[in-house]
Amino acid sequence: MTTTGLSALLSHWRRNPLQLFTLVAGLALATALWSGVQAVNSEARASYDAAAATLGEGQYDQLLPAAGEDIAQDTFIALRRAGWLVGPVIEGQMGAAGARVRLVGIDPLTSPGGLGPVAGGTITLPDFLEKRPVFANAATAAKLEGFIDAPIVIEPSIAPDTAMTDVFLAQQLLDAQGRFSRLIVATEQPVGRSPLAQIAPALTRRAAQGGSDVGRLTDSFHLNLTAFGLLSFAVGIFIVHGAIGLAFEQRRSMVRTLRALGMPLRRLIALMAAELLVIALVGGVIGVCLGYIVAATLLPDVAATLKGLYGAQVSDTLQLRPAWWLSGLAISVLGTAIAATGALASVARMPLLASARPRAWATSRGFMRRFQMVTSIGLLVVAALLAIFGEGLIMGFGLLACLLIGAALALPLLLDGALRAASSLAQGVTAQWFWADTRQQLSGLSLALTALLLAMAANVGVSTMVSSFRLTFTGFLDQRLASELYVSTESLEQAKAFETFAAPRTSEVLPLLSVETELAGRSAELYGARIGATYRENWSLLASSAQVWDLVADGKAVLVNEQLARRADLWVGDDLVVGPQTTLPIAGVFGDYGNPIGQAIVSEPLFATLHPQIRATRFGLRTDDPSTLRAALIDDFGLQGQSITDQAQIKAFSLGVFERTFTVTAALNVLTLTVAGFAIFMSLLTLAGMRVPQLAPAWALGMTRRRLGQLELARAVVLAALTAGLALPLGLALAWVLLAVVNVEAFGWRLPMYIFPRDYAVLGLFALCSAVLAAAWPARKLSRTPPADLLKVFANER
Amino acid sequence: MSVRAFILTALLACTAPLSVAAQGFGDLGSAADESFAVPAPDPVFDFPADHGPHPDYRIEWWYLTANMTGPDGTAYGLQWTLFRSALAPFETQGWDSPQIWFANAAVTTPTAHYTSERFARGGTGQAGVTAAPFEAWIDEWHMRGPTFETMQLRAAGPQFSYDVTLDAQGPLVFHGDGGFSVKSEQGQASYYYSQPFFDLNGTLTLPSGDVEVTGTAWLDREWSSQPLASNQTGWDWFSISFDAGEKLMGFRLRQADGNYYTSGTWIMPDGQTTALPNGSFDAEPLETANVGERKVPVRWRVRVPDFDVDVTVAATNPQAWMDMAVPYWEGPVMVSGNRSGIGYLEMTGYD
Repeated sequence: MTTTGLSALLSHWRRNPLQLFTLVAGLALATALWSGVQAVNSEARASYDAAAATLGEGQYDQLLPAAGEDIAQDTFIALRRAGWLVGPVIEGQMGAAGARVRLVGIDPLTSPGGLGPVAGGTITLPDFLEKRPVFANAATAAKLEGFIDAPIVIEPSIAPDTAMTDVFLAQQLLDAQGRFSRLIVATEQPVGRSPLAQIAPALTRRAAQGGSDVGRLTDSFHLNLTAFGLLSFAVGIFIVHGAIGLAFEQRRSMVRTLRALGMPLRRLIALMAAELLVIALVGGVIGVCLGYIVAATLLPDVAATLKGLYGAQVSDTLQLRPAWWLSGLAISVLGTAIAATGALASVARMPLLASARPRAWATSRGFMRRFQMVTSIGLLVVAALLAIFGEGLIMGFGLLACLLIGAALALPLLLDGALRAASSLAQGVTAQWFWADTRQQLSGLSLALTALLLAMAANVGVSTMVSSFRLTFTGFLDQRLASELYVSTESLEQAKAFETFAAPRTSEVLPLLSVETELAGRSAELYGARIGATYRENWSLLASSAQVWDLVADGKAVLVNEQLARRADLWVGDDLVVGPQTTLPIAGVFGDYGNPIGQAIVSEPLFATLHPQIRATRFGLRTDDPSTLRAALIDDFGLQGQSITDQAQIKAFSLGVFERTFTVTAALNVLTLTVAGFAIFMSLLTLAGMRVPQLAPAWALGMTRRRLGQLELARAVVLAALTAGLALPLGLALAWVLLAVVNVEAFGWRLPMYIFPRDYAVLGLFALCSAVLAAAWPARKLSRTPPADLLKVFANER
Repeated sequence: MSVRAFILTALLACTAPLSVAAQGFGDLGSAADESFAVPAPDPVFDFPADHGPHPDYRIEWWYLTANMTGPDGTAYGLQWTLFRSALAPFETQGWDSPQIWFANAAVTTPTAHYTSERFARGGTGQAGVTAAPFEAWIDEWHMRGPTFETMQLRAAGPQFSYDVTLDAQGPLVFHGDGGFSVKSEQGQASYYYSQPFFDLNGTLTLPSGDVEVTGTAWLDREWSSQPLASNQTGWDWFSISFDAGEKLMGFRLRQADGNYYTSGTWIMPDGQTTALPNGSFDAEPLETANVGERKVPVRWRVRVPDFDVDVTVAATNPQAWMDMAVPYWEGPVMVSGNRSGIGYLEMTGYD
């Protein structure tokens, strides 16, 4: 009986291969986008964790030297001999330009447990100390090949672009004998130690970060991706829901027959569930495979983005992780379960003797409507409240979720209202029938239209954000990259000679002075600026006090970038500690897009007092005639050509970084829109089959099949146009949330919002075209329905 | 006691962040590197220089155990050990030093056992030994004094510390043949002498507060380049001070085939010694205790028929497990039977 029942159930799919395809494709698409995004996220997280583990930043407190300095070996020994259990770390950059590798040297004997490379147990401690191998992942190892003599051991768990080795070798390679970058403090310390201030007053203790620093910084970015993945998944599940609903609807008569033949309901339900499980697994497997392709394609861009935005090193090759495979399958099964619960329940509730006539799959239910309306209004109100009072990134995403779901729920109601208005205005029988019939079909199409709405809104929102960002960023680059030429010198002597040489030939020489330090408790960069015409004329500040440039030039005030200001909750007028015994008021806040960390600017003389050891070796030059100056620098002063970079090059590079940053977003955008188009197509196609009974009377009354087909097409255009019209305000609201709420939290800067009507028009056109394309085949199918089929509607008493 | 060499190498192998299969490390102990110096018979010691390190030998240690009592008569034990292990037979002044230092410290009370361990690389100043004035140190731990006879000893862990004074009441004692101690039938040997006559007083700092203690301590000095036989599975080592003034050092090396090899030294109150050849010293377990998941013998019958010794040796605190990189058992013992006394027991291979 089971076999027979199963074969009867499966025969449905044999007769409707398209439906099966829809179901599997919907599942695969949903799973693919979701698991692709998850794969990208988990790869990035694994990279952060590897970095944190390699460097021990997450787990242990650290002792850090003053800004721009390092720690002498004597200090380390003094600390150990005073009972401070600390492990030394030396780190620095090495390798060829463009293939820089962060070399980290540790002492395995004093590093707190768990730190250091674990090469599958193949390297023993004596080997580590005697042969001094360098541990790196495969990609990094390739970069190091030829740069070092030491044996290189491939160790996948090492963070990307990082190599680890014994402290002795690292000091040799970095030419830092007897120096350390920082000390790692073991968790357990012996009793009776002297305080740090007595032994090493120059060092400051930084508490463990509790997870990787970069991990938290980039959380927002990953949340962004996850949100996109979830959106795509939701759209995919709409398709699955539609397909399952239709298939079950069409099999009602079969279910009735099977039960009448004696098949127990329980077993029937079990069989149907098993059938769906198999389909879900097949769809899931295909989806995970597609997801892998999506992830592998996107990952290099994501890696570039994360590096550009946050300075985070992420491996750009994807590893297969079992957890990810399984979660992909699970999400597919779960999605199917969600989509099928209603359908299975209705089959279970169906009385044996009920008519098998498909219940109006698309009937409107009064109660559901009211419920939908209340929920939708409630969500939109919450969204508004969050927009006004909410704070923090999670709130930002909560706001997004409320806005999108609320709008999605409101869509059918709004469309219904619009159609009702149209039908009341309609003149003539055909027009009235058209509007009424369109309303009747609305609920069958509403899921697909909701998908379209969400996809379009996301598209409008994200493209507005990206374009606004691009406009702001280009303007910002013009302001920041004011110097026509940028020159690096090789030594302090050369730098001095260069300044003397360049001064009479340029209108201004701007030294580039910076040091990595901590400001307001966060790692940040302190810049020393020669305040002159360039700064005064070119730099526009987001907020400033009176005579801001005079104050900064006199060393009486400091400028901070927006990231630092927002993260540390500082603004103009607040005080900032820029060095020991030096606290200055903030005179201005400047926009600093594309930079991961905080920045502060003080005048050149003040910088020299704070960090006398740091001298400028790089300079920006203002000139009206860059090519003459460039020639003079090369021919008369003897600089190498590659030491001089012109403004255009840097701008192109910066814009390149920027474009890559949003490649991922754009790609996901396109994918979501595709999925939505597919959803419409499938919904229309399935509806077309069911609508014969409704069209038959119209045909019988004299309307040609051709005319019916044209009306079908027109209907699709009307619905798509209405949806697109509603998507625009929603998209703009989305853009506002992204720019004013999410961006501030995620990146630390707020961007002005620009409107791009042309882009929206193009997008709307695309949406209409996709609707027409989606409707074309079903409409054609309707217009070609054999008259016999239409007649059958009257002949068959169903 | 080249048995301790195994502790050292095994500890180094397993403690380090590099996860290493212990047998993989066995290579270090093989005779692969012949450039290390090897102990030879009829040694002539040169003091105080020989109290200092011998970098051309593979392994070396300064190993002190002490039995003490507090003001209320409570028995305490402490341990302070500094190991040196060389990857190559030389020393440098820098981070390329092939000398590795490792130390253990513990305090045992009748109810608690506190431990700590340290690692360091030679050549950096973090750890080392100088002969005169004598100082053996690693981090803030030290054993130092103007001479080898009077020293300050200090160590600290997360839960305890101690700071005690050592004052030698007798001469150095040389094991084996004048300090040349043959360990096995295969001829493995080491240079081995002890100072078992220290009087001790000082302070233990425990979680419950400071305790003033007095007692006696036993310091072992040994260096060698030769490893153990591969069939040895563990050992049981005893140092006993009898109330009448005699002292006994003896150990039992357990072999995979169930047999064992013993050796020992009988020490008269004036420091005169008699070496105890294989079989002359005997120890057999009477009772085991559960320490975590392990069974460890904590009561022994120890016999040396030649010197009329038939005693029971019982752990003061059976839970004196050194739960560290390579775990082993080490703690103070009480001796009763036809003689009474106190001492220290060290057991490995029970984990």
